[in-house]
Amino acid sequence: MMRRVIVVIALATIAFGFFPLATQIGELSGLTGIATHYVEQGAAELGAANLVTSVVVSYRGLDTLGEVLVLFTATTGVTTLLTAKKSKSVTQNEEEKSVRREGSELLATGAAFLFPLLVLFGIYIFMNGHLTPGGGFQGGVVLASAFLLLLFSDCRMQLNHVLLKRAEAFSGAAYVAVGLLGLWLAGGFLDPRFLPAGEFGQLFSAGAIPLIYILVGIKVGSELTGIIDSMRGCSR
Amino acid sequence: MMHLVLTIGFLLVCIGFWGLMTRRDIFRMIISFSLLDTGVHVIMVGIGYVPGGTAPIFDEALAVEQAVGKVVDPIPSALVLTAIVIGLAVTALMLSFAIRLHASKGSLTVDELKELKW
Repeated sequence: MMRRVIVVIALATIAFGFFPLATQIGELSGLTGIATHYVEQGAAELGAANLVTSVVVSYRGLDTLGEVLVLFTATTGVTTLLTAKKSKSVTQNEEEKSVRREGSELLATGAAFLFPLLVLFGIYIFMNGHLTPGGGFQGGVVLASAFLLLLFSDCRMQLNHVLLKRAEAFSGAAYVAVGLLGLWLAGGFLDPRFLPAGEFGQLFSAGAIPLIYILVGIKVGSELTGIIDSMRGCSR
Repeated sequence: MMHLVLTIGFLLVCIGFWGLMTRRDIFRMIISFSLLDTGVHVIMVGIGYVPGGTAPIFDEALAVEQAVGKVVDPIPSALVLTAIVIGLAVTALMLSFAIRLHASKGSLTVDELKELKW
């Protein structure tokens, strides 16, 4: 009873705190100052057709680097938590593994059919991140979903962990290296303008933005694949 | 229109908080957290909406010169884009904590985890 009263009071307080959000914030009549600058000058400054990409990769590039770092930390946490105990109960795991049900014929065929398409689609999404909706994070998630399907369909499949780790480490380090190149050759950290801007709206344009998004895509894809793999590894 | 979006986001946040406070099962708490997360995303995207605005991507239909006033604010979209991926990773981390807790305690109810209680 007491707990319920406390919950109601807390919820009422939160609701009261958020209430102005639902009532007092009016619709924007136009863009705010910094957004106006991005919309007016973003295309000329960075040459990317997708403004959200300009903001993510360049204007707020440092935030994105921090975000990749959070993703890396979470992946490390998941891997540490889920693989620590494995060595103790290897025999038990082996027994359980043999009991696990095989993926059905439908799933196996579907996964084999979809896997190359999904990989291709993921790569397409992050390569065209500066032109169309999408980018490194979305493409990386699509890549990871391809591996998820593959792991579902065949429970005995082992991924090449060395390759996964190398891909992750290489893309992370190269991302920072590209950022430092921007600091050295262009205006600042993660400034993509040290590569030629190219023709607006073409695949090879917007300086280093496609390069950065490809690296982010590989990193996100390999990290999420690692998460999926370690979660599968400890399941019953 | 925008108030509808903000209200939905606000309701999702409240449902998330309610679930976090009342549920005792760890999986349900994680689901509540995801709801809370989604609510915050909806609110953020809603705040950046400009009436009649389209996606801030230049192509044949949207010339650079007349873009101001025709596009939504790109900054909240960019923030939410990264926040979604972070939310996914944090959810995965919480789920693996839940798996480890279940492996060591055999239970997913927070009431039975007394080590950190004060």
